[in-house]
Amino acid sequence: MSNIPTELKYRKSHEWVRDEGDGTVTVGISDHAQQALGDLVFVEIPEVGRELSAGEACAVVESVKAASDVYSPVSGAVTAANDALAGSPEIVNQDPYGAGWIARIRLSDPAELDGLLAASQYEEVVKAAED
Amino acid sequence: MREKLIFEQSRPGRRATAQAPSAPVDVEIPEQLRRRKPPLLPEASELQVVRHFTRLSQLNFSIDTHFYPLGSCTMKYNPRACNSLAMLPEFLGRHPYAAESRGQGFLATMFELQEMLREVTGMQGVSLTPMAGAQGEFAGVAMIRAYHRARGDLARNEIIVPDAAHGTNPATATMCGCKVIEIPSLPDGDIDGDALRNVVGPKTAGIMLTNPSTLGVFERRIVAVAKIVHDAGGLLYYDGANLNAILGKVRPGDMGFDVIHMNLHKTFSTPHGGGGPGSGAVGVGKRLLPFMPLPVVARDGERFRWLTEKDLPQSIGRLSGFMGNAGVLLRAYIYMRMLGREGMQRVAEYAALNANYLFARLKKEGFDAAYPQRRASHEFIITLKRQARELGVTAMDFAKRLLDHGFHAPTTYFPLLVPECLLIEPTETEAKEDLDAFIDALVAIQREAETEPDKLKGAPYTLPVRRLDDVRAAKQLDLVWRAS
Amino acid sequence: MPFIPHTEADVAEMLAAIGVSSIDELFDEIPAALRSRTLAGIPPALTEMEIGRLMQERAELDGRPLVFVGAGAYDHHVPAAVWQIVTRGEFYSAYTPYQAEASQGTLQVVYEFQTMMASLTGMPVANASLYDGASALAEACLMAVRAHRRSKSARILMPGTVNPVYAAVTHAIAGNQNLAIEVIDWHRDTGLTVADGFKAWSGQDVTAVVIQQPNFFGLFEDVDAITNWAHDNGALVIAVVNPTSLALLKPPGEWGRDGVDIVVGEGQPLGVPLSSGGPYFGFMTSRMEHVRQMPGRIVGRTLDLDGKPGFTLTLQAREQHIRRTKATSNICTNQGLLVTAATIYMSLLGAAGLERVAAASQQRTRELVDALTALPGVRLRFPGARFHEAVLELDAPVRPVLEALGARNIIGGYELSQHYPELGNTLLVCATEARTPADIAAYAKALADVLQNARAA
Repeated sequence: MSNIPTELKYRKSHEWVRDEGDGTVTVGISDHAQQALGDLVFVEIPEVGRELSAGEACAVVESVKAASDVYSPVSGAVTAANDALAGSPEIVNQDPYGAGWIARIRLSDPAELDGLLAASQYEEVVKAAED
Repeated sequence: MREKLIFEQSRPGRRATAQAPSAPVDVEIPEQLRRRKPPLLPEASELQVVRHFTRLSQLNFSIDTHFYPLGSCTMKYNPRACNSLAMLPEFLGRHPYAAESRGQGFLATMFELQEMLREVTGMQGVSLTPMAGAQGEFAGVAMIRAYHRARGDLARNEIIVPDAAHGTNPATATMCGCKVIEIPSLPDGDIDGDALRNVVGPKTAGIMLTNPSTLGVFERRIVAVAKIVHDAGGLLYYDGANLNAILGKVRPGDMGFDVIHMNLHKTFSTPHGGGGPGSGAVGVGKRLLPFMPLPVVARDGERFRWLTEKDLPQSIGRLSGFMGNAGVLLRAYIYMRMLGREGMQRVAEYAALNANYLFARLKKEGFDAAYPQRRASHEFIITLKRQARELGVTAMDFAKRLLDHGFHAPTTYFPLLVPECLLIEPTETEAKEDLDAFIDALVAIQREAETEPDKLKGAPYTLPVRRLDDVRAAKQLDLVWRAS
Repeated sequence: MPFIPHTEADVAEMLAAIGVSSIDELFDEIPAALRSRTLAGIPPALTEMEIGRLMQERAELDGRPLVFVGAGAYDHHVPAAVWQIVTRGEFYSAYTPYQAEASQGTLQVVYEFQTMMASLTGMPVANASLYDGASALAEACLMAVRAHRRSKSARILMPGTVNPVYAAVTHAIAGNQNLAIEVIDWHRDTGLTVADGFKAWSGQDVTAVVIQQPNFFGLFEDVDAITNWAHDNGALVIAVVNPTSLALLKPPGEWGRDGVDIVVGEGQPLGVPLSSGGPYFGFMTSRMEHVRQMPGRIVGRTLDLDGKPGFTLTLQAREQHIRRTKATSNICTNQGLLVTAATIYMSLLGAAGLERVAAASQQRTRELVDALTALPGVRLRFPGARFHEAVLELDAPVRPVLEALGARNIIGGYELSQHYPELGNTLLVCATEARTPADIAAYAKALADVLQNARAA
């Protein structure tokens, strides 16, 4: 079973969100997602400054078997993107919730966080996917 | 057993002098456009080149050397006569812009090929111009869009695709500016008719289907499916990748399809060539005749000529610089003439016989079929889900070990719907003994999986290379050789 | 039944194993109403001997006229070794190299091909081919739109001197994806692109600029200036080139200050016979930063389990069989056999040989132009520097002249008014290293006769 930290929120498309408490969030892909993809060979990170809407594709994670879109769980502007992933995409596999973060976004509508899945709800999504 | 790169065998100043003009001449190129450094091309003798590429060829599996049961690829024998006759010097040396009066032999051949393809598919018109199945698909979807636009119906931009479809289908729909609506298949392999009814409507441009489907089974409710889509105002597109299963038995036109593409490099035995060239000729029903891609051959009495934009002003246009893969089309024609009426009808019969024989025997040997209650078409799916769970060996491991037994592996991991699958298509040109040997190999590998699973995971052992590191290949890109 | 090995005994055993009494039962899932009765429209089978006779007759009917036309397909000498090796069963009847361990031959050929094409064009990376030069240009335009993040216009500037059939194919293939293709004008007296034609677009959102070198008329464009203008204006540059000419010409990777972004072209001149227009192959090379947007297959070198080098298809996540709707293109099968031919051709010729072929072709065209313009009623329309094609103007309509030449076993050129009506009675002629002085003299004599008859009529 994959790791699903309880302090984070999730999107059904396997992205996680950490509320940084200062009006920004950090996003990445879940442990289930990195396992399903296999060894990542490339990550396309979003441009800093880009305006995103919730549900908009903002990054691509590529393994040998798949190239999947990463959907932004929230609306807002990209304030930072994880450049370290350019040379070492495998960081996402090794530490998906920590060093494998993909982008930091300044929220334009904090209420959107309420619409995201709690860890227990996301666990149901993963269970269904693994059947 | 590794063959060095041709660059590693080069020596400065070495030449194959027989192959280039013998005397140097002055060139007239403006100074600022002149190339300063020669390109990195080999410097080798003719013998070195011949030896190098001959040895490389010997590293390949091919139909001419191995049983190649790749599902959905139809790896049947490529008759040698197709090659030698298509390469007659007059065909080979003919410039595409040679006058039509100096091309009546070639044009007659192309016309007859169009007519024969019309006959076997039950369509009203054929264009030979798309250069591969994917381009044929593009032409088909583009024609469907053009048809709706010409009727002023601009809202229709949705293409329905079964979830089991080949990847080119949704990719093509996107290339044509359409939105893809996926519908599920039922556990018995047929399309979910209720799901289809839910998604058709005024935005439906059409549906893309393969029949038999990529699941290896015949879509039994095809007539009902056609009615649902037609009633909603959409058109039906037939992906002809599996035409070998029904050639001479059922015609796509009779099933209600408005447009089809054929893979001449599958059904009509033109060579796969290590990745092409193929040919994706398209056939259309009456509604789409005005939109066919150019050029098309027409007959005016005793003469043959190319139709142009003047003849088909609503054509979706030209998809190639000239007229498509002419040399491939010649090969398909020769194949069809050698089969003739009776031979064409036997293709599906013996393809189905070989597939069902393998299907029945493998089930008896304990392998799990994806659709055990259905008839195999010309291919069928075995799933190794149980072996993956119980023994930790995957379809990939089985495939690699088959290589050690001297068989090219079946198609693996397609369709994506069936986990750990092998899609097996023997084709009609294989003898029973070769099928039996293949069964024996699979049984031996299964036994090995039960007793020494690690042996499989390290396969292959007897080929020029062991299993290759795909991850490294994609992360540390080494795509061209550089002199160190 | 040709190619089917089953004996009656085989069939009986197999039906028994399946548990049916006839082959017909295997089709019992197909609704009876759909079953075809007979393929009456297909003629009866021919033996190999019979089809051989038929094809021989058809070939003889068409004959082998002397080729003096190019316009995108060129009659170069193809060494005998090329197709003898290419049609070996191990290359001819192999499939796409998805099982890499069983396909090292094909994969290494493609890796060597990629290396050669990258170097020839002066770019760092190449793909394993596209269908042909025309569709490659369409794919390059789509790739430029994907790769150029900052540009939103999807506007492509296409000079009128780009091969008009390539422009038409680009419209047909890319038209459904909201590309805006704008034509840049050209000088009617020089046959070259009007530099000021680009200035009209200065300051506007242009995604890419296409440059063909040599252009459709065989002439050399000012590629450095155009490349620089495009980059200064924030546009990508797509070069369309003739591979033989690159033995003599500065490659697109060295155009302007920074070199171009994407290069495409028709690979047919590299060891592929004319064959009525196909199969040929399109090549594509590009800057490294765009490699993930490149359509088609790419072969990479890696290591196997024993640490030994080997080749495999890579970056497949971009392709249709994985990415599906978001794929870079729908291309699956490409032109593998032709790529093999080109790699063997380039290996036999080498840089020195290719330079000889290019130089000799240029010279033969010079000789052809001299011989034909010596005739009354024939003049050279565009006098500028050219590779191996030239535009001639006649004092008579071109189509009947070409027909008359055809009857004399000569394919004299390409009638230009079908695309450029403003050029009047002009044709595009070409002579490669495969034409001899005697061939040229024969053409001159035939043309003299034909024009004289036209005048008398």
